[in-house]
Amino acid sequence: MTLKDFVVVTGHYGCGKTNFSINLALEYAEKGRKVTIVDMDLVNPYFRTSDYREMLESKGIEVIAPVFGHTNLDIPSLPASMYSIFDSKDMVIVDVGGDDVGSTVLGRFRPKFEGLDYDMLYVVNRFRNLTATPEEAVEVLEEIKAVSGLSPTGLVNNSHLMAETDAHIIAEGIEFAKKIGELTGLEIKCNTIRRDLDEAGLTKEFPNEPFYPIDMYVKVCW
Amino acid sequence: MAEKVLMKGNEALGEAALRAGCRHFFGYPITPQTELSAYLSKKMPKCGGTFLQAESELAAINMVLGAGATGVRAMTSSSSPGISLKSEGISYIAGSDVPCVIINVQRGGPGLGSIQPSQADYWQATKATGHGDFQIFVLAPSTVQEMADFVALAFDTAEKYRVPAMILSDGMMGQMMEPVLFPEESEVKTIEKPWAACGHNNARPHNIVNSLYIEAKDLEKTVIERYERYEKIKANEQRAESYMTDDAEIVIVAYGASSRVSRSAVDMARAEGIKAGLIRPITLWPFPVDAIEKTVAGAKQFLAVEMSMGQMVDDVRLAVNGRKPVSFFGRTGGIIPTPAEVLGEIKKLAGKEA
Repeated sequence: MTLKDFVVVTGHYGCGKTNFSINLALEYAEKGRKVTIVDMDLVNPYFRTSDYREMLESKGIEVIAPVFGHTNLDIPSLPASMYSIFDSKDMVIVDVGGDDVGSTVLGRFRPKFEGLDYDMLYVVNRFRNLTATPEEAVEVLEEIKAVSGLSPTGLVNNSHLMAETDAHIIAEGIEFAKKIGELTGLEIKCNTIRRDLDEAGLTKEFPNEPFYPIDMYVKVCW
Repeated sequence: MAEKVLMKGNEALGEAALRAGCRHFFGYPITPQTELSAYLSKKMPKCGGTFLQAESELAAINMVLGAGATGVRAMTSSSSPGISLKSEGISYIAGSDVPCVIINVQRGGPGLGSIQPSQADYWQATKATGHGDFQIFVLAPSTVQEMADFVALAFDTAEKYRVPAMILSDGMMGQMMEPVLFPEESEVKTIEKPWAACGHNNARPHNIVNSLYIEAKDLEKTVIERYERYEKIKANEQRAESYMTDDAEIVIVAYGASSRVSRSAVDMARAEGIKAGLIRPITLWPFPVDAIEKTVAGAKQFLAVEMSMGQMVDDVRLAVNGRKPVSFFGRTGGIIPTPAEVLGEIKKLAGKEA
């Protein structure tokens, strides 16, 4: 998957933006890139990028997060350092909050995007109940466009059913993402698959699909 | 064919409310339950129902009283500080014998406390959700599927006994995502509500839904009648899940999120040859004393595990009634204990140093 050096990750609430963003950041860091990951989520109290700060920083990744992210407070305030990402030479990955509500914060930075070479990804999961049809997924995408003033440049198909994900689930997800691609004209940048699933088998079954193996970071251990 | 979807616990509660025939929701936003309100704000208008974001928690709970008094399925939801605000209204609802469902997605306390998960409202839910002599029916889900399944159960039980019902969840259960299966067609149980103030068209005497009694003897009579219903609930509605308790020497008692942690700890203990088991109360009131009773003879000791400083442990002690030692382990303030920590406690009790 080829992406610009500035990647904004948006999507429906709970579609897997944070887990995807973390995987992306780790991949680029492993390749030797200097990476900055930005937790730009002002709406979600748990399961957010800044929860993984220690692990990310141990890999040399810089983490910029809301002042009170991952704390006991519910105060949506951004640090001044968030403005620095627009002048950064690093690989910048911005993990935005879910839905239009979570993407509203992007609107504040919209002038900064003018002239910036960026990718804005729209992450979809066929098995999230409020975006289980392509039409519903497009509706949320349009809402995100309206509040952010920005338009996605590609789709990430992150369809899964957690531990119950199998080849059948993956196949349904691919069909779903293709429909969204047709409706929006957006390219499917990748289809994520959990690293323990059979990538070779799936590649044989879907020879034209770009797969992106991911690890699960956002999860509970019991 | 019905298919599984991924839902956050809060969303599952919202969807389940619609499927249980709830068309009247009155709420006020608070983390970590807001997704429930957000879900219903999107979906309720599509079902022709009323979603109303009230001006405060007090207003919302009194709207539940008003709607419930007409016999419709009314619901409200909040998180810990918001439930405290609702407590006066809950007492009025209990005193008016109005069925309804109240959701508490608990967060850390006291006071403004924390937005992280907690189970420190056990006493509030089971002993004193408001002033006066009353109880409410309390369910504690431990999976997102149970979040979905328990809403209809809460409404059915509330209506059967004319009591408020609460789903006592926590921030972790509300925010975490799991696959959920809803039936293709959800059947709504309907029962006659001859008491409802829903318009009489001069065809019957008018119904009064009220918690004020002019004469002391009338109030006492009403409360005593209500407690007779509570006895029926205690006899008929206790629910618990027992896990590896048949030969358990150390019986953990835990509900909700901490029961998931405890189940992992029981598996780890068993792998080390320690005979541990778990009783998971599903109803917190009525407390499942019958499930505890079955294990008292075989158990050497009990361990209550909670995300609080120790609240349910009181009910475990009452059920065990001094026959075996009962100890407690918990984390509080928004911290979830780890399976390894619980295993450490099990090992201490088993006489094997952690």
